[in-house]
Amino acid sequence: MEGVRYEAPDTLQAAVALLAGATGTSRILAGGTDVIVQMETDLVEPALLVDIKKIRETREIAGENGGFRIGAAVPAMEIVEHAAFSKAWPGVVDGVKLIGSIQIKGRASIGGNVCNASPAADSVPALVAAGAIARIIGPNGMRDVPVEQLPVGPGKTSLAKGEIVVSFFLPARPAHASDAYQRFTPRTEMDIAVVGVAVNLALDAGGTCTAARVALGAVAPTVLLVKDAADALIGTRLDDAALDRLATAASAACRPIDDKRGTKEYRVKVAGVLARRTAQQALERARKSR
Amino acid sequence: MTATILENSGYNRDKKLKIVGTSPVKHDGLDKVTGRARFGADLFLPGMLVGKILRSPHAHAIIRSIDISAAERLAGVKAVVTRDDFPEIKAGTPGGDMTRNAMAREKALYDGHPVAAVCATSEAIAKHALKLIKVDYEVLPHVIDPVEAMKPGAPVLHQHVRTKGIKGADQPSNVIERLDLSMGDVAKGFAAADVIVEREYDTKPMHQGYIEPQSCVATATEDGQIELWCCTQAPWVYRDRLTEILKIDQAKIRVTQSEMGGGFGGKTGFYAEPVAILLARKAKRPVKITLTRNEVFRATGPVSGTRSRVKMGVKKDGTITAAEAELIFQTGAFTGSMFFNAPQAMFTRYNLENVKTVSYEVVSNRPKVNSFRAPCVPQVVFGVEGVVDELARKIGMDPIDLRLKNAATEGYKTIYGETFGPIGFVETLQAAKKCEHYNSPVPEGQGRGVAAGFWFNRGGETTGTLNVATDGSITLILGTSDVAGSRISISMMAAEELGIPVDKVRAVMADTHSLGFNRVTAGSRTTFATGIVIVDSARKAITELSKRAAQIWGVPEEGVTFEDGYCRPASSNVGTFEPMSIAQIAAKTTPTHGAIAGHSEMNVTGAGPGFGLHIVDVEVDKETGRVDIKRYTVVEDAGKAIHPLQVEGQYQGGAVQGIGWALNEEYYYGEDGRMQNASFLDYRMPVASDVPMIDTEIVEVPNPRHPYGLRGVGEVPVVPTMAAIANAIGAAIGIRPQSLPMSPPKLLKLMDEARGKGGG
Amino acid sequence: MSRKYHVTATVNGDECEFLCEAQQTLLDILRDELMLSGTKEGCGTGDCGACTVMVDGTMVCSCLVLAVETEGGRIETIEGMAKGDQLHPLQRNFLELNGLQCGICTPGILIAAKALLARNPDPTETEIRYWLAGNLCRCTGYDKIIRSVQAAAKEMREARS
Repeated sequence: MEGVRYEAPDTLQAAVALLAGATGTSRILAGGTDVIVQMETDLVEPALLVDIKKIRETREIAGENGGFRIGAAVPAMEIVEHAAFSKAWPGVVDGVKLIGSIQIKGRASIGGNVCNASPAADSVPALVAAGAIARIIGPNGMRDVPVEQLPVGPGKTSLAKGEIVVSFFLPARPAHASDAYQRFTPRTEMDIAVVGVAVNLALDAGGTCTAARVALGAVAPTVLLVKDAADALIGTRLDDAALDRLATAASAACRPIDDKRGTKEYRVKVAGVLARRTAQQALERARKSR
Repeated sequence: MTATILENSGYNRDKKLKIVGTSPVKHDGLDKVTGRARFGADLFLPGMLVGKILRSPHAHAIIRSIDISAAERLAGVKAVVTRDDFPEIKAGTPGGDMTRNAMAREKALYDGHPVAAVCATSEAIAKHALKLIKVDYEVLPHVIDPVEAMKPGAPVLHQHVRTKGIKGADQPSNVIERLDLSMGDVAKGFAAADVIVEREYDTKPMHQGYIEPQSCVATATEDGQIELWCCTQAPWVYRDRLTEILKIDQAKIRVTQSEMGGGFGGKTGFYAEPVAILLARKAKRPVKITLTRNEVFRATGPVSGTRSRVKMGVKKDGTITAAEAELIFQTGAFTGSMFFNAPQAMFTRYNLENVKTVSYEVVSNRPKVNSFRAPCVPQVVFGVEGVVDELARKIGMDPIDLRLKNAATEGYKTIYGETFGPIGFVETLQAAKKCEHYNSPVPEGQGRGVAAGFWFNRGGETTGTLNVATDGSITLILGTSDVAGSRISISMMAAEELGIPVDKVRAVMADTHSLGFNRVTAGSRTTFATGIVIVDSARKAITELSKRAAQIWGVPEEGVTFEDGYCRPASSNVGTFEPMSIAQIAAKTTPTHGAIAGHSEMNVTGAGPGFGLHIVDVEVDKETGRVDIKRYTVVEDAGKAIHPLQVEGQYQGGAVQGIGWALNEEYYYGEDGRMQNASFLDYRMPVASDVPMIDTEIVEVPNPRHPYGLRGVGEVPVVPTMAAIANAIGAAIGIRPQSLPMSPPKLLKLMDEARGKGGG
Repeated sequence: MSRKYHVTATVNGDECEFLCEAQQTLLDILRDELMLSGTKEGCGTGDCGACTVMVDGTMVCSCLVLAVETEGGRIETIEGMAKGDQLHPLQRNFLELNGLQCGICTPGILIAAKALLARNPDPTETEIRYWLAGNLCRCTGYDKIIRSVQAAAKEMREARS
C-alpha cells in the first residue's frame, strides 16, 4: 500500500513530463469533481495525480483575436461570472451553469467536463456547437483540435499518453450571432441531462440564418454535431417549417440507450422538442446581439 | 384509588395556556447551527478503528466459502468477521431473519447484502482489506418484481416459507402471508351503487432519504460489556434485538443514541451495529462503521412498492356503498413490511360499512424494507383517493363535498375494531373547503387535485423521568428519540404543568441503562406518548413538592395546593403562609426528604387519529411530460399544536417527501439484479428549486385523552400527497396516472397514447 | 507505508498543520484529524452539500477537495460562523423560524446561505432556491429554510443601512 502520489507542477512541461513518465494509472486533477468521485467510489485507483491548477495557462480567461481563450482548469463559476464571455457565448455559459451545484461549479472546469467524456456533459454540446478548439500539449508538442474530436466514447478521449488539454479557443462573434443550450432533466438542478441540445447560429441583417451548428448531448456515445439539423435552419428565418425540419433531424440523429436517466423513445422525442426550443432561444439572442 | 393519566388526562379545554401553543427556539437548536451537535459519525474515541463491510455484488447467490486469510494478514487490519462469527439462529424465526440480514449466511439475497467485514487502523487499509477477501458464490436466478416473485416457477428466496393465511400451503413460496380483512357485505354494497370505479395501481419502493448515513461506534470489554453509540429511532429495540442475535445479556449492552440526522422510519432497525460489535469484540478496540451513501441505498430500508386493485361504488347522492381492494406488498428479502397497516387504514376516514380487502406480503431479491411515515399506507391511498376523485367527477360532485358526505365521525367503528372518539376529519375538510387556495381560480394551463389521508397515531411503552434540581430548574430524561424537535415540545408541556418558563427545563435522551424499555420512536407517538409520561411525571413531582411544602409549613398534605408554579395553602383555615415557588421548595431538598423527582412508565393508550387534506396545483409540460408543482396546501388536524412552527414543519416536510415519491423517486435495477442509481445524483430527491412554499393550515380538534389535546402529526402529511398530485395531473391533462413515479417519460407516453386515441 | 503529505492551512483563522494521504479529502481531514465534526458527510460524492465549506473564498463540497490541495489555503467551516457569543444572523434566524429539524444539513446550508448573501444581499425566493439546490434537506420541505434566509437577509440589509 504505497498510496497515491500527488504532484502540482507549475509549468506545462513539468506536467507533461510527469504524465509521460508515469507507470501505472495516472489522472489529471483540475476541479476534481469527477476524478475524486471516481476515486471515492473505487472506479479508479490512480498511482499518480497531477494537479494542473498551478499552471498559469490552465487558469486564465483571456481575449485572443477578438475571441476568447479559456484555461482548461478555470472553475465554472469564474466562467459564468465573466461578463464579456457571457455576452459573446451565452449558450456556452448556459451549459457551464448546469454542470452542477454552486459548490461543484466552484471547482469543476470545462477541461474536466470535456475530458471526463460523458455524453451527457452539459458544457460539451455548446462548445461543439460553438466550434471551440481545444489546445493540447504533450510529449510531441502542441496541437489544436476541435472539441468534438476529443471524446471518443463514454469515459474515453483521443488524448495520447502524457497529453493535457490546456485551453479552449472560442472565436470572435459576428453581429446577429448567438447560441443557446438547453437540457432536459426531471429535477430543476443537480441532475444529469437526459437530452441536451446546443444551437449556435448567425443571421444576416434581414434575419435569415446564414450559419448554424447544432449539437446533441446524451443521445449517443459521444456528443453529436448534427449537420442535417443545422441545414434545416440555414437559409431560413427559423419559421415553423424550418423548426419542424430541425426537430425531425435532431430526433433522427439520436442513437440513445435506455438507462436510469431516460428511455430511448423518450430521448428521441425530447431531442426534437428541445432542438426547437433551443433554436428559438438562440434566435432571440441573435436578434438582440450586435 | 385515583384514575391514572390514561383514564383521565385532565384535559381542560378552558385552561389558559402560557407555553403550549407558542413556538420557542428549541434547546438543541443552538448546537445544530454551530456544528457542535454530535450525530452518529461524530464520536471519536481513543484507539478507534475504521470498520468496512464487504457486500454481495449478486442479487441471489449461494455463498460456498469465504477466504479471509489474506485480509487478516494485511498490516493494520485488526479483525475480520463473517457469518461464522454470528451465533446460529434458525432461519425463518425473527432472530434468524435479523441475523441473516445483518450478515448473509447460507445465501446472499440482494445486491449489497453484507458478507464480511473488517476493521483497520485507516479507511484506506480497511478498503484494501475488503478486496483481499475471496468469496466463492454460486449465482442463482433472482427476482426483483413482487408480482413475478408470486408466480409459480419464480426463484424462491427462502425454502422454509409456507404462506401464512392460506390453508394447506405446503410448498416453499415467496408469499409470506395472505391477509383478509373485511366488514359488512360488499356484494350488497356494490349492488346498491349507481357508479362503480375499479382501477389498478402500482407504486415503487422509495428510500427514506435521511441525509445522515447510518453510523455507529461499538466498544467491547474483556468481560463482555458492550457500549454502542449510534443514530437510532429505537435504542431499546436495538438493544433487545442485538442481545437476541448476539446472545448477550441485556444488561451488558448499553445503547446510547446520538443526535439523529433524519430517520423517517429508516432508523428503526439496525444494519452495521451487530457487525461493529463483533469487530470491536475481536479487535478489543472501539470500531466505527459509517455507511456510504451507496451502501445506504443498496442495503438499508426502502419502503414497500405495491400493486393494488381498488374498487369503490357510489350512489348518485354521493354515498359510498362499498369498497374492495387487492394489495401486493414487496417486503424485500425478509418479512417485516408492516403491510397489515394498509388494509386497516386505506379506506378508514370514510364511514363505510362494506369493505373487503385481501393483502399479500412478498419477498424478492431486494433489501429488506423498513418503516417510513405511515408504513405501507400512502402507497394504497394513492389508489383509493384516485378512485374517490373519479367517483366525484362521475356523479358531478365537488371532491371535498363527496369526502364530507362520507366522512367518518365520532362513534364510527373501524374495520380494525376501534371505535372513533372525537376526531377532526369533518373539520379538516371544512377548513380545506374554506381556505383561500381551494377558492382561488385554477390558473390557466394548470390542474388542481385534492386527496385525503388518515393515520392511526400510536402510543405504546414509554418511560421518562423529571428531576427537580435544587435551584428549581428541571431536567427531563426521555426514552424516545428526538427526530425533529420533540425535546422542546415535551419540555414545553413540563413547563406548562409546573408553571415555570420553558427555559428552566432541559431534556436529554437517555441511554438504555438509564430508563426502562421504550418502543421505537415512530408512528407519530413521541410528542404524544412521551408527552403524557412527562406530564404524569410532572404531576407526581408536584405532589411531592406539595408534600415538602406541607412539611416545611407543618401542615397536613391536603392543606397545600399547587397553582401556577407555587404551592399555596389550600384555604385560610390551613394558616397564613407566603406561597412557595418550586425553586424555594427545591432549595430545601436536603432538610426535607432529599431529591424531588417524578417518574413514569406506562403502555400509553389513547392516541387520537389524524386526518389531513392536501390541495395541489400542477402544470404539466405537454411536450416533455415534466410536472411542475405550482402551489401546495396541507390542511391537517393536530388536535392541539404544542409548537406550531414544528407542526408546520412536519406538514411541509411530509408533503415534499411525497412530491419526490410522486414524481421521480424510484430504484432502477439492471438485468443483473443490481441497483443502478444508488446515489443522490440519480435517485432524485427534491431539491430546493423543485418545490414551492408549502402552505399549511393547522386544524385543532382536541384529543381529550391527552392532557393538552394533541394528536400525532408526523405521518399524515405524506399519506395523501401522491394521490393529490395524481389527481391534479389528471385535471391538467385529462388522464390520471396510475403508476408511480409520475416521471416525464411515463407522462409523455400517457399523453401520446391519449393523443393517438383522440386522433391527433 | 503509505505516502503522506504535510499541509499547512488556516482553518477559521487558526493556522493548522496536518499529514494526509493524497486521496484523503478535506472533509476526511476536517473531521477525523482536526476534529471539526460540524462539517457533515451525507454522500461523499458532491450530491448533497452537507459538507459545504469555503476554501479561499469559494464555496465547495469538502468531500470533493483533496486535503493535499489546500496547502496554504484559507478554510472556513461552520465552527467559525458565530463570533464569540454573537450568532450570525443566519444562525439566529434558522433557530427562531425553525429552519432546521434534524439539523444534519444545517451546517452546509448555513455556509452556502452566507456565501449567497455575501454576493447578493437581496436575493429573490427563486435565487435562494437555486443557490441552495446543491444542499439536500429531507426534513423541512425547504419552506422554513428559505424563509430563514430571507429573514436573515432582511436583517443584514437593515443593519447595513
